[in-house]
Amino acid sequence: MNKTAQVKETSPGTDNSTKVTGWRLFLKTVIARAYPRLIGQQREKSWMFFDIFLPMLAVSSYVFVYRAIQAPEDYVGFAVMGGAMTAFWLNVLWGMSSQLYWEKEQGNLALYIIAPNQMMAILLGMALGGMLATALRALAIIFLGSVLFKVGFVVTSFLQLFSVFMLSMTALYGMGMMMASLFLLLNREAWHISNLAQEPIYLVSGFYFPINSFPFWIAAGASIIPLTLGLDAMRQLIFASGPALGFVDVRTEIIVLLVLCVVFLVGAKFLLAHMEKLAIREGSLTDSRR
Amino acid sequence: MSTIQKSEFWRSFKSAAWLGWQIESNWADPLLFFIYSIVKPIASASILVVMYGIITHSNFENPLFPYIYLGNAFYIYVSAVMAGVAWAVIDDREHYKTLKYMYIAPIRIPYYLLGRGVARFLTGSMSVFITILAGVIFLKLPLDLHMVNFPLFFFSLFVGIIMLSMMGLLLGSITLLLVHHSFGIAEGVAGALFLFSGAIFPLEVLPAWLRPVGYAMPITYWLELLRRSLVGEVAQAFPTLVSFSNLQLIGILVGLSVIFGILAAYAFKWCDFRARERGLIDRVTNY
Repeated sequence: MNKTAQVKETSPGTDNSTKVTGWRLFLKTVIARAYPRLIGQQREKSWMFFDIFLPMLAVSSYVFVYRAIQAPEDYVGFAVMGGAMTAFWLNVLWGMSSQLYWEKEQGNLALYIIAPNQMMAILLGMALGGMLATALRALAIIFLGSVLFKVGFVVTSFLQLFSVFMLSMTALYGMGMMMASLFLLLNREAWHISNLAQEPIYLVSGFYFPINSFPFWIAAGASIIPLTLGLDAMRQLIFASGPALGFVDVRTEIIVLLVLCVVFLVGAKFLLAHMEKLAIREGSLTDSRR
Repeated sequence: MSTIQKSEFWRSFKSAAWLGWQIESNWADPLLFFIYSIVKPIASASILVVMYGIITHSNFENPLFPYIYLGNAFYIYVSAVMAGVAWAVIDDREHYKTLKYMYIAPIRIPYYLLGRGVARFLTGSMSVFITILAGVIFLKLPLDLHMVNFPLFFFSLFVGIIMLSMMGLLLGSITLLLVHHSFGIAEGVAGALFLFSGAIFPLEVLPAWLRPVGYAMPITYWLELLRRSLVGEVAQAFPTLVSFSNLQLIGILVGLSVIFGILAAYAFKWCDFRARERGLIDRVTNY
């Protein structure tokens, strides 16, 4: 059996007979870390129920509030879209930012550090796996919300919609990678900070209402969270009243999202290297203070 | 024997309350902890305020606003107390890995679990108070202290907290037997009750076939009593429970609370027995 065949027949992350270096190692690490996130979901399908059911409860509550105050029907669609996007934010908080903290708690972090791979590749794998798995849940929420509450979509540009979504995801998960490095230095605070960063972000990012309801500078400040502009742009592109309720035009939002992608990904790389050094120097990598 | 028993009950509850408070609060300095405790509920309430404000053009005089705002504020207790008691099982078993030690300690586990909810009740109370105060100061929530029916308020609050603790014990009992979904059950139930109990919208908005779920839940009556005690005339403007007098609502709330209390006691007895039989008390799933 030649080496290529050997690599193909072994599952990701388990091949120790072939020495892989450079970008191949990077790629293999990405796939190996993304693998459990995707396969884990297949192995425990009932989790899908909770991941869809819980956000749907929140979405339904907000939809009924809109119905109680006789809001225009597009607002119901806004709430459904926002509810679907909460899946990504929660994934970034709990599955990216806090992940290295969990790994430290379980004793895996030290193994990651001493393995001959780059931490950046591990984070990228986490992001990729998390993004794909979460996309399925978000789609399910949109589908269910649309059917249950009869949401009408009017897509003006599929290309722009696809671009906005991909840029939002890249910037958001880049932000998650950056936050993961910061969380490396935390202990119990990590859980509390993730917990704290839910509702306040739903509020300032306009998950359940158009962000232009806020004064310009508050909305501009909230745009540091990629989902703020991403969600606003997507609403402008898929709802009839979207453009009238948009914060700024979609082209501007795409440019800002592009800038955020670069800033967060580069920031993640530098911050990770710095935090890794700091954590090794202070000996806090295996320090689990419950 | 009776004195020793009482002492054991009190010891379990008091130690658990102290332990819960330490776990909840000692990860940060008091100021940071205070900010943490109020930011989340204020943000949550603000989402509803903004939603309401943009649709009604900030017509906060409408009776619907205090209905939504107070319902949302008091619902903090549901997440705090009910989920807090249930969460103690997961926290001790999975995170701190101490549940097995609690079982061999000279305490009563149900009282210990109820005691663990006390810390969440205290932080929840702070959040409820701040949320309502913010509503009165910034949003002109029509809360006149001279018009508040304090006996009704405190009695309803007391019965409600007992009821939520019992519901928490019921969930905690089920959590003892769960492997895969123990993390989601309390959150799921709290979310479902938020939807079905008319916390932030009158039950009439729900599809007719879903309304009976709301009528069967004690939280629906509890929230109505709290609203009536604080903003009486405003709360009675909604048709949901208009045909019930305060006394009738109290009767329903107490009755349903007793039912949930009995259910919780039996559920704990059964789940505890099954968990011991199956060796689940010291299980760590790493899930």
